[in-house]
Amino acid sequence: MVKTEPSPAMTTDVAPRSDIVVALAQLAPRLGDVAANVTRHLELIGTAVAGGADLVVFPELSLTGYFLKDLVTETALRLDSPEIQALAEASRGVDVVVGCILESDDHRFHNAALYLSGGAVVHVHRKVYLPTYGLFDEARDLAAGNRFRAFEAPLRSAGPRRPWRAGVLICEDLWHPSSAYLLARDGVDLIICPSASPGRGVGYGSEIGTAQSYDVITRTYAQLFTAYVVYCNRVGYEDGINFWGGSRVVDPEGRLVGEPAGRDEGMPLHRLDLAALRRARIANPMLRDERHDIVDAECHRLHRRERD
Amino acid sequence: MTETADGLSRRDAADALTVDCPLVTEILTGFVREEVRKVGFERGVVGLSGGIDSALTLAVVCRALGPDNAIPVFMPYRASSPASERDARLVAAQLGTTPLVVDISPQIDAYFERNPDADRNRRGNKMARERMSILYDLSLARTALVIGTSNKTELLLGYGTIHGDMAHALNPLGDLYKTQIFALARYLELPAAVIEKAPSADLWEGQSDEDELGFEYAAVDQLLHQMIDERRTRAELHASGFDDAFVKLIHRRVRDSQYKRRPPLIAKLSNRTIDRDFRYPRDWGR
Repeated sequence: MVKTEPSPAMTTDVAPRSDIVVALAQLAPRLGDVAANVTRHLELIGTAVAGGADLVVFPELSLTGYFLKDLVTETALRLDSPEIQALAEASRGVDVVVGCILESDDHRFHNAALYLSGGAVVHVHRKVYLPTYGLFDEARDLAAGNRFRAFEAPLRSAGPRRPWRAGVLICEDLWHPSSAYLLARDGVDLIICPSASPGRGVGYGSEIGTAQSYDVITRTYAQLFTAYVVYCNRVGYEDGINFWGGSRVVDPEGRLVGEPAGRDEGMPLHRLDLAALRRARIANPMLRDERHDIVDAECHRLHRRERD
Repeated sequence: MTETADGLSRRDAADALTVDCPLVTEILTGFVREEVRKVGFERGVVGLSGGIDSALTLAVVCRALGPDNAIPVFMPYRASSPASERDARLVAAQLGTTPLVVDISPQIDAYFERNPDADRNRRGNKMARERMSILYDLSLARTALVIGTSNKTELLLGYGTIHGDMAHALNPLGDLYKTQIFALARYLELPAAVIEKAPSADLWEGQSDEDELGFEYAAVDQLLHQMIDERRTRAELHASGFDDAFVKLIHRRVRDSQYKRRPPLIAKLSNRTIDRDFRYPRDWGR
């Protein structure tokens, strides 16, 4: 079941409106079946376009499923793979973020998120922090990315006021605040977080433990870096492990936009007023005041000390 | 023999299955000895069918633990081939042991009296699980570990009964393809009758593995080795001369039987779920 009603428009004030509609494609990919998942993506992109979306965000590894093990190499795509080309074609009407295993020319396999727009791949983020502890085993099968970059996001209906900058953090990347800091320093307006977060820690309060953690992290980053955080987690089960969904958008003052999604498949649409960024940064000008020179100096000092 | 685009010929594919028999024998013998004694046991119990896999398993167990500590158990059903008992006794005698004989006909017949319409697959599975329950009873009664006989070919194809012949404490042959089992059996000079007869689960009269599977072990072993061990892609297998339909069939069999090779799924709730984030080695403290 797909919900296509955008949440109610936010109240406007002095700034001119720059609304965009973001669709959170909270799906349960079919594990290891890229063809079936591409079909599903194309359907959902069509639904999102019909609902007026400017951006559709799919979860981490949305084209493959998460606990791949030896399926990593069998499901890997390249930027010129027909599957990516088909999804890029579908991005002529709407910007799309999809998750896949991306194989490099020298045959390293990355957990990647692709930002597609206007028929092309606009940006690639390769997950930097590969969790390899507890129930996770990513570094056994995957190569790590080595950069966090913000980029200009086309976001067609955002209007001509200024270019909007997006950045992607995949799941575990979010647990390292330096990732969000670097994006903020790179001018990010929209932190896009595709996720495949397994539910665990049942029994510590009424919610799933990981859901509580992500609630804190997404709201904290949004508020401290005065940016929108768009978090899309998957649902479904793989080998007995459930993914808890809860996809949500948090505004630059750390408040939820609409309601977080539940644990079922669905595609809630949220209306984001990009002018809220201006208001938030006037009210809380931490980005203006951030002392990057101190960060750099102290990092250099620590770097030298760590090398000694 | 055809040379192919990537230089792999079918002869190469066959040669790739060659095993160093003395080395493999040494490793398997050490494996059984170490893993049995580590848990405080001295004996191993092996279901003996009269076929080559259980004969080879028993040979390894005898080398590892000594014939006096090997407990072969022959568990015929009334429809089992008479040749099976003859061959089982032949193998046991050659290895210096005497098999226990447990006829499973009474309990199998008692069960199917109430389920007379059961097809032969149900009957075969029930027999395999009956034998498993006898081996585990003897395991407790005789303080002996159950040593399994499944080879790599049948494990990958899912050609075995889950919780039946696939249930055991240790499996010395599980990383050897059937082709390699034959080579090792010849090296260890097991009786020719056992090596030369057509492999069969002997669950019903005239059953033959290769008839039932629909292909020959030699062919499927070459394919499985290239597909699994060598990680060749579909395109590479095609270039090596493997039939596309055969490749697809075997890939599907391996995929669809994966559940048989894994422990049951546990629904994750806590932060420390057994076999997920509770990951001690099986030889914990041994």
